[in-house]
Amino acid sequence: MDSDKIMMKGTEAMGEAAIRAGCKLYFGYPITPQSELPEYMSRRLPEIDGTFLQAESEVAAVNMVYGAACTGTRVMTSTSSPGFSLMMEGVSYIAGAKLPSVFINVVRGGPGLGDIQPAQSDYFQATKGGGHGDYRLIVLAPSTLQEAVDHIGLAFDMTDQYRTPALIIADGMLGQMMEPVSLPEFSNTDHKSVHEDWALRGAKGREKHMVTSFDIDPVKLEKMNEGYQETYKEIEKNEVRVEEYMMEDAEYAFVAYGTMARIIKTTIKMARAEGIKVGLVRPITLWPFPYKAIEKAAEQSKFLLTVEMSMGQMLEDVRLGANGKVPTPFYGRSGGVVPTPTEVLNALKKEMGV
Amino acid sequence: MAEKLIMKRPNALTDKEFTYCPGCLHGVAHRLVAEILDELELTENTIMVAPVGCSVFAYEFFNVDGTVAAHGRATAVATGVKRAMPDKTVFTYQGDGDLAAIGTAETVHSANRGEKFTTIFINNAIYGMTGGQMAPTTLEGMKTTTSPYGRDVTDMGYPVHVCELLQNLNGVAYLERVGLFTPQQIQKAKKAIKKAFIAQQKGLGYSLIEIVSTCPTNWGQTPLESVEWAKDKMLTEYPLGVFVDKVGDDK
Repeated sequence: MDSDKIMMKGTEAMGEAAIRAGCKLYFGYPITPQSELPEYMSRRLPEIDGTFLQAESEVAAVNMVYGAACTGTRVMTSTSSPGFSLMMEGVSYIAGAKLPSVFINVVRGGPGLGDIQPAQSDYFQATKGGGHGDYRLIVLAPSTLQEAVDHIGLAFDMTDQYRTPALIIADGMLGQMMEPVSLPEFSNTDHKSVHEDWALRGAKGREKHMVTSFDIDPVKLEKMNEGYQETYKEIEKNEVRVEEYMMEDAEYAFVAYGTMARIIKTTIKMARAEGIKVGLVRPITLWPFPYKAIEKAAEQSKFLLTVEMSMGQMLEDVRLGANGKVPTPFYGRSGGVVPTPTEVLNALKKEMGV
Repeated sequence: MAEKLIMKRPNALTDKEFTYCPGCLHGVAHRLVAEILDELELTENTIMVAPVGCSVFAYEFFNVDGTVAAHGRATAVATGVKRAMPDKTVFTYQGDGDLAAIGTAETVHSANRGEKFTTIFINNAIYGMTGGQMAPTTLEGMKTTTSPYGRDVTDMGYPVHVCELLQNLNGVAYLERVGLFTPQQIQKAKKAIKKAFIAQQKGLGYSLIEIVSTCPTNWGQTPLESVEWAKDKMLTEYPLGVFVDKVGDDK
């Protein structure tokens, strides 16, 4: 496969991966640090008879995604933190209407306007709601460009299978870096046919279809909610993804995801050169969260050090998984500051008391 | 004696009972749209987008595939539907709060892009479903539950004229304001709706029919009073007429 690798920028590689996964429509609004993705899609989608449309706002973009998803056609959008906040209303409706759709949030420093540097401070928004109501998103957190590319196809497949929107959490580092990637083959599956029984395509020759996130009768709405929860249970059962890195003999464990996890792999090599047996648990799906892997790590380690480019958000899930078995200290930088491997090593040593 | 059928429910309407108040003109507007969908043989290939407001259940009343948009977002949703299924007929059905307050940006930009779908816009100068609050189209001096002393235009803004606002956008292919207060007006409204759907069929651009309507419940009037009041007050503020016509008169 190595001979097939090409150098690509993160956002563009993700765009190409989406097109190869059968994405036919993209709606979005420019926002740094991911504007190269809509730019790429605006060039590329017309070449495959797809549709690119620059919306007047993220509010409009997410509702265009809703509309296209109603027809059961593969559709996506991408944005960065403040833009994703604007999309929350629509995401809640999309989750309620069970519409297959893929989102990318290239997270930047917040809150408010924040800055345009890499951050991980949208974890709560991604995994604990963000919009209103009892809904979940499938949340994938790639840590390399190759993984981001692979996650695009996976996100489309999962959102089609579960009719639950899928979100890929990246950051400016992943979006802006260039790396050799191996792109997937073009998908020639008929993705539309799997949605024949509910999609809005005109009622010729059948009963009309209705797609809503709505029932005015509380008992019926509760039934809808129970339906969502059944799907979420299936996803929790089947789709937890996690990487355990150098955990076999680990006496200490880091927990980190995305770009932060990638940096920590360097820290671990430095620590092991000094004889410190440390490993990493890297959640790949942030929802469903790999609580069992955290529990297992807690059983073998003296502590679990969570490191995030935030003030401590995934930390709450780590603590749920560790369930008080070991200390769960935290090290984080925010505002778009990216910790260095040495800085993280020092944080580890501080917790070890050395 | 053999029965002779002279009038029936259009195929484009389901047999679901309307949820509208006595005297409300949504029922008339629904029927006109449904008659046109049948006449133009579009019913089986149509997708509708209902709004948030009194007509939130419109997707159940029309016998076509349908969804409900978030409040104000119907034209963005319709944009997504139409871009994914360009061969289908797509329409939104929206009230004044939905289209001209919370959804203003979506309305203006869908019109400006010349999106090839149709909007049926019901202007009754009030928020009906939430219980009679001030709308962007509420008349000067008109009392509502959030303008209890009457709409003071220097403080609360002026009635928004949607057709006048949209008529200079090049993406608009057909734009007309109609009333439903006399049989003649209803016939005219039906012709306007037909032209709006023809504009879509021909791919000429965005089409919108503003239907000046009533809300006897929240206006605090009987159905008859509300029609008389609308003829007098609403049509003075919102004069009927064709604002954009790129369809022409050939049949």
